Amino acid sequence: MASNPAPKISARNVTKVYETASGHMTAVDDFTLDVAEGEFLAIVGPSGCGKSTFLRMLAGLEDVSSGQLTIRPGTDPKTPLNSVVFQEYAIFPWKTVIQNVAFGLQMRGVSERERLDVAQGWLDRVGLAKFADHYPHQISGGMKQRVSIVRALANDPEVLLMDEPLGALDAQTRVVLQEELLRIWEETRKTVVYITHSLEEAVLLGDRVVLMSAQPGRILEVYDIDIPRPRSIETMNLPAFALYRGAIWDRLSAEVTRAMEMQQ
Amino acid sequence: MTPVQQDRRAVLGFLLAIVGLHGALTLSGQWHDWAWPAIAVSFIVLVLICERIGRHVPLRARKIYERTLALGFPALVLAVWEMAGAMELISPVWFPPPSAIGRALWDVTVTYDRFSETSLLGRPWLIPQEFRAGGLAGVGVLLSESHVLATIGRVFAGFLLGAIPGILLGVVMGINQTVRLMLDTTLAAIYVLPKIAIFPVVMLMFADPFGEGPKIVVVALAVFVLMTINTMTGVRTIEPVYLMAGRNYGAGPLQMLRHVILPGALPVIFAGLRIALGTAMIVIISVEFLRAKQGVGFMTYYYWEVLIPEKMYAGLVVVMILGVTLTGLLHWLQRRLMPWKR
Ligand SMILES: Nc1ncnc2c1ncn2[C@@H]1O[C@H](COP(=O)(O)OP(=O)(O)OP(=O)(O)O)[C@@H](O)[C@H]1O
Ligand SMILES: [Mg+2]
Repeated sequence: MASNPAPKISARNVTKVYETASGHMTAVDDFTLDVAEGEFLAIVGPSGCGKSTFLRMLAGLEDVSSGQLTIRPGTDPKTPLNSVVFQEYAIFPWKTVIQNVAFGLQMRGVSERERLDVAQGWLDRVGLAKFADHYPHQISGGMKQRVSIVRALANDPEVLLMDEPLGALDAQTRVVLQEELLRIWEETRKTVVYITHSLEEAVLLGDRVVLMSAQPGRILEVYDIDIPRPRSIETMNLPAFALYRGAIWDRLSAEVTRAMEMQQ
Repeated sequence: MTPVQQDRRAVLGFLLAIVGLHGALTLSGQWHDWAWPAIAVSFIVLVLICERIGRHVPLRARKIYERTLALGFPALVLAVWEMAGAMELISPVWFPPPSAIGRALWDVTVTYDRFSETSLLGRPWLIPQEFRAGGLAGVGVLLSESHVLATIGRVFAGFLLGAIPGILLGVVMGINQTVRLMLDTTLAAIYVLPKIAIFPVVMLMFADPFGEGPKIVVVALAVFVLMTINTMTGVRTIEPVYLMAGRNYGAGPLQMLRHVILPGALPVIFAGLRIALGTAMIVIISVEFLRAKQGVGFMTYYYWEVLIPEKMYAGLVVVMILGVTLTGLLHWLQRRLMPWKR
């Protein structure tokens, strides 16, 4: 798929250098990567390796220090280029659940009736219909993450950018939401860049898995995951799944060891 | 013995101790000399009694118990105060008994002071009569003699004139680093200046230094500085990720203000408004002490000059009632504007 002539996302030698009090800090180093239309790309790497930084640059929320990073616009100019599911949820505490989900549409001037309809539809799909008029402080952490995911989906962007959307969840809720994500992705087939700490999650969800090195964040390896879709939680029992996970894990643990030795 | 019986016995013992202490002192004719230490000891024993009782209050009666403590104790203080006055433990000149203050409060409410040409509320019961005689203008003249309305009017006008520009400038300073760097030091310097110290300068600026203008402006200035600093802090402490979310979901500058920045800063803005209200009360009462022919502060000071202490206290009571009412109003507004905090 990487050979697709017109990639949806194209990164060419993307580098991010932060100016800090103690000098330069390279967070992302020489990132070159294409993502095809409709591809699900997962990124894994040790904590602090620059995953969120890369995603923020991709979202246009932070400048690129050098290199080029573009998302190819779609045919409809009204469709937003990207929507981010933030690592910290970032749903607005001062808006109700349904107002949060309808936020992107509201900013684009969609009428109140229509945007609440769309938002309600998404809340129904993820089992949050009853909580539409609750404020975020009244719902659980898992629900908040679902709201934040659905806010991005309701915005119907060209590209979905997800930063550890299931990161802070307990194991059971996590599995439920992984299934939900798989189902929704099968239906929408959006281009997704998905950051996660979990190798299982990366292999389960991704068409490809990018493994990043510890600081400075470089691409160590890109794995094509040739496991047929539709996938589900049972996919994790396949022998192929274990093989991929094992291969990535070997490489990652060597990297983590190297990073720890460097710090000493 | 069960704990209940134990505590019941203890409460009884404590009560007897209080009665015994005061009884013994009275009988030996020494109560007058030892009254204050005896009252202090009684207070401590009273706390012990209430704690014993509190242990056995069932959960559903808890609210009633707490309210009884919260309202009952001030009532007890008033009673002791009244008694201490009657026993000549305290001078009625400095501490007139609550009953006298109550009577004075009634007195200033219903009577018109010919000398200062004022009354506390503006004698609202005369409104129908004045309306028949002079129409709305007549009612206006009547109400313009009111101390309370004069003070409330100044506080409201000053508050609005100060808070609205203050919040606007605070937002700008919160968003724009250049403006912030240019104004921050100046504001911090004005912030520590006691606002009443500006009053003479403000009077200089007005053609009529004794009119309403300087009074309102000095309140407005105090509120303005406070609200600017608070709003700026509120805007600056919004989690950056909310700003990123706003931008990422396509909010323009005005939408950012309306949907992210203002609601994000609102809790801190309201905390600022409450502080500003307290400051506004201090400033307006001081200003009325200094230069006014009307107002609750003027009234209090006036009765000091003519030495009617119970009416002075009546003035203080009115100031307290005003403060509590205005704070309640602010709470109401906060609940309306910030439903997400319940
Ligand atoms: N605004 C900034 N200024 C300076 N350094 C920064 C800034 N933002 C991030 N960094 C640094 O860049 C590095 C990468 O951060 P980033 O948040 O992208 O990591 P991450 O891979 O998302 O980590 P995690 O898995 O813990 O979320 C870190 O060392 C971080 O301290
Ligand atoms: Mg991160």
